[in-house]
Amino acid sequence: MSGSKAALDTACAALDAARSAGATSADAIVVSQEAHAASVRLGEVESVELSRQKRLGLRCFHGQASAIASTADFSAEGLEAFVRETAAMARVLPEDPDAGLPDPALLEKAAPDLGLSDPEGFHIDGDRAIAIARDCEQAALGVDPRLRNSEGATCSASANTIAYASTGGFQGTYQTTNHSLSVSPIAEEDGSMQGDYWWDSVRIRRNLGDPETIGRIAAARTLRRLGARKLATTRAPVIFEAPVAGSLLGHLAGAICGGSLYRKLSFLQEKLGEVIASPLVQIEDDGRLPGGAASRPFDAEGLPTRSTTIIRDGRLESFLLDTYSGRKLDRPSTGSASRSIGDAPGASPTNFHLANGTTPAADLISGIPRGLLVTSLSGMGVNTITGDYSRGASGLWIEGGEIAYAVEEITIAGNLLDMFQSIDALGDDLRPRSGIAAPSLRISEMTIAGS
Amino acid sequence: MSTESSEKTATTIESRFGVDDRQLERTLESALARKSDFADLYFELRESTHVGLEEGLVKRANVSISQGVGVRVLVDEKTGYAYSDEITPDALELAATSARTIADGSASDRSVAVRPGIATPDHNLYPVDAKGVSRPLPDRIHLLQEIDKEARKFDSRICNVMANLAIEEKQILVANSEGTHIADNQPLVRVNVSCVAEANGKRETGNAGAGGRFSIGFYLDEPEEAFRLAREAARQAIVNLEAEEAPAGEMKVVLGPGWPGVLLHEAVGHGLEGDFNRKKTSAFADRIGDKVASELCTVVDDGAMERRRGSLNIDDEGTPTGRTTLIEKGRLRGYLQDRLNARLMGVAPTGNGRRESFMHAPLPRMTNTFMLAGEDDPEEILRSVDSGIYAVSFGGGQVDITNGKFVFSAREAYRIEGGKVGAPLKGVTLIGNGPDALTRISRVGGDLALDEGIGVCGKDGQSVPVGVGLPTVRLDGMTVGGTRT
Repeated sequence: MSGSKAALDTACAALDAARSAGATSADAIVVSQEAHAASVRLGEVESVELSRQKRLGLRCFHGQASAIASTADFSAEGLEAFVRETAAMARVLPEDPDAGLPDPALLEKAAPDLGLSDPEGFHIDGDRAIAIARDCEQAALGVDPRLRNSEGATCSASANTIAYASTGGFQGTYQTTNHSLSVSPIAEEDGSMQGDYWWDSVRIRRNLGDPETIGRIAAARTLRRLGARKLATTRAPVIFEAPVAGSLLGHLAGAICGGSLYRKLSFLQEKLGEVIASPLVQIEDDGRLPGGAASRPFDAEGLPTRSTTIIRDGRLESFLLDTYSGRKLDRPSTGSASRSIGDAPGASPTNFHLANGTTPAADLISGIPRGLLVTSLSGMGVNTITGDYSRGASGLWIEGGEIAYAVEEITIAGNLLDMFQSIDALGDDLRPRSGIAAPSLRISEMTIAGS
Repeated sequence: MSTESSEKTATTIESRFGVDDRQLERTLESALARKSDFADLYFELRESTHVGLEEGLVKRANVSISQGVGVRVLVDEKTGYAYSDEITPDALELAATSARTIADGSASDRSVAVRPGIATPDHNLYPVDAKGVSRPLPDRIHLLQEIDKEARKFDSRICNVMANLAIEEKQILVANSEGTHIADNQPLVRVNVSCVAEANGKRETGNAGAGGRFSIGFYLDEPEEAFRLAREAARQAIVNLEAEEAPAGEMKVVLGPGWPGVLLHEAVGHGLEGDFNRKKTSAFADRIGDKVASELCTVVDDGAMERRRGSLNIDDEGTPTGRTTLIEKGRLRGYLQDRLNARLMGVAPTGNGRRESFMHAPLPRMTNTFMLAGEDDPEEILRSVDSGIYAVSFGGGQVDITNGKFVFSAREAYRIEGGKVGAPLKGVTLIGNGPDALTRISRVGGDLALDEGIGVCGKDGQSVPVGVGLPTVRLDGMTVGGTRT
């Protein structure tokens, strides 16, 4: 906790200095982090990494002009010059009528403890971390003799202290930890190789999946890719397995955030209150999910975080806004501001989860005469202003309701709005380990390009 | 010029952190206290500034100052790495102690002598005059406002313009247990323009950007260079408003010159990085001498080109950069190497050891990767295609180096029918197989161009600036991921 106090003191000192340097208002964020990671490959230690860092981000206003700067130089003279130059920069910038800190009446008064930190778990012995990574990789490679190579397994952790203060009267801190384990085995058959991976990441170490299970899942995901073929170009139902369904949800999350809306860059621009998805779709953004990967007790402007219903029965009920984009769109902030140290706050999703449906995930392929189960996607072929979607894919071809063979070097294409509207079944396998997550889902038809 | 700049670096890093030769040696000796092969220190000071304009207003004005040191210890295939953003004798000692936990036992002789005084890179590819890399903020804002006007003037359907100027000044110093003691100043600037066009209820974007290792003064003194980008972004947004559904399936693809070189970056570049080939996790492992492209293809990686975004005087391990032939007339010739992988594979480093910052250990990475010009007339290449697509601008790409499958996404493409360029097509992803895709190249134009200098490459969570280049080429068969069957 002394780390929290020191970080908050640094932030408050920067605000005092900013006021002295002529800033009319200001806010400051301090993040300090310690991290360690151990990687093992083919049973041998491959790398051990340790780090510590601390950064200050300062935003100075001169009226409604603002300048932002960040530094890692905490020497007295370094900090003094840093604050002075940031305040001076704000003075030469033109004003933006919508810029400024939020209304002080809206600030969070009593930030809750969301169970985001496990400092004891963070201080794991280095040899223990290596042993966990080794067990995980060994479990993966032990599954099948075709698993002959590996990109290794990594056991890592970080501990963060975040302090935020503003001249609007907010002061707050919180701590988080992350504990992660991942493994990437490689299988070989008939002279061709396939790799895949599995992982877990949690706030509290004791919740981390056991290394053997993670290893075995990674092995199964890798082995099922062997013998992959190309498909002939066709149209067919497409099932997104949960890990890739999350990426679809990510495109939707980006399109309902204030930054893309006020810039008119979203395919959901005029859609608030309209049905934009299948009635099966229920999406909640919960900034206060206990132990959540993207939970935070207050947002990057000191406003309370909360749970916001985004889509109910397919209808778009809310955007996600920070103060600035809210002013641009004439709506209140939804407490969704986040910021990287050296940048202005902007709205972003927290724990943005598509709720489970009622179809057991394994049954999503049942009854499909021919279709595609997508297990991996690649590339950036998503146009978020039109919703046009075209990405590289690999997965499993379905025939007669059963998995027939692995496929690769194909693309799937459609339009996000059509895709969300044609979700005809939702699985029950939501894994809320990531900020953005979805259960497996089925889209009634998409274009699949192949040979 | 280059001597001046490295003396300035030495003075800055020494005066700022009190790091003299003896301090470097003490830290390296501590890092080598156990049985190990090699240790190095990488110091970095970086100041990045961004100014961004949108809706005609300055929306972004940031300065970021970062500093730190990374200490690395190598033992066989193992890497110990520790970094700190505090540069004090205590922090250096702690980092050295942490990095050496990778090693066992104790070393018999661990004395280190670094080269007295800081060496200067042999070439200076990016000299900057006395006015420096940056220019006063009001001048930069004025340029952004002019860019905004130029883009809006292009067409009344342009409804928003986002323009950014980015400037980075980075100073690095590398010292290692073999005595290397060298510094470099690395300027990097970029102009980006993005336009939104709106008509009949449809909206589209267009993007253009340029930059390299020189002063932002280049664009302030020659604003036409920036205005050209504004018009280009506006033109692309307008073209895309008219775009039709793209076809789906395998067809002939003609790639235009320049940025479409991202094909090489994904199809072969990553797969030829030393680490993947040492570990034999790449689809190109053990294939030196094999035919992996048509005889028309010679592909190189060249980190020593003047002013280029992907260029470096020395890589992030202090090795001079140069030109590496990856593919010569269709045959695989070489891999891209950093020190660790070069040593383990028994070859020389190629000056491709790069890192995003002091927070990362170096990896073999590309610099400027391109195909040499061929002899065909680009117009004639287009005329030779009966039916297919012509792609001239791309977004990003991605590759799975293990199975070789790669994608890259077109941002501006056209239908080709009867040898003529036809209607514009919606953005579309192309997918192929790395070891096979370049064997399908049947025509190579004489119009080699490098990209304009905005490329960023990601690997293992590390982003570094890169360049790509390509002459017009014809690929006889590639899967195009449209919606129209």
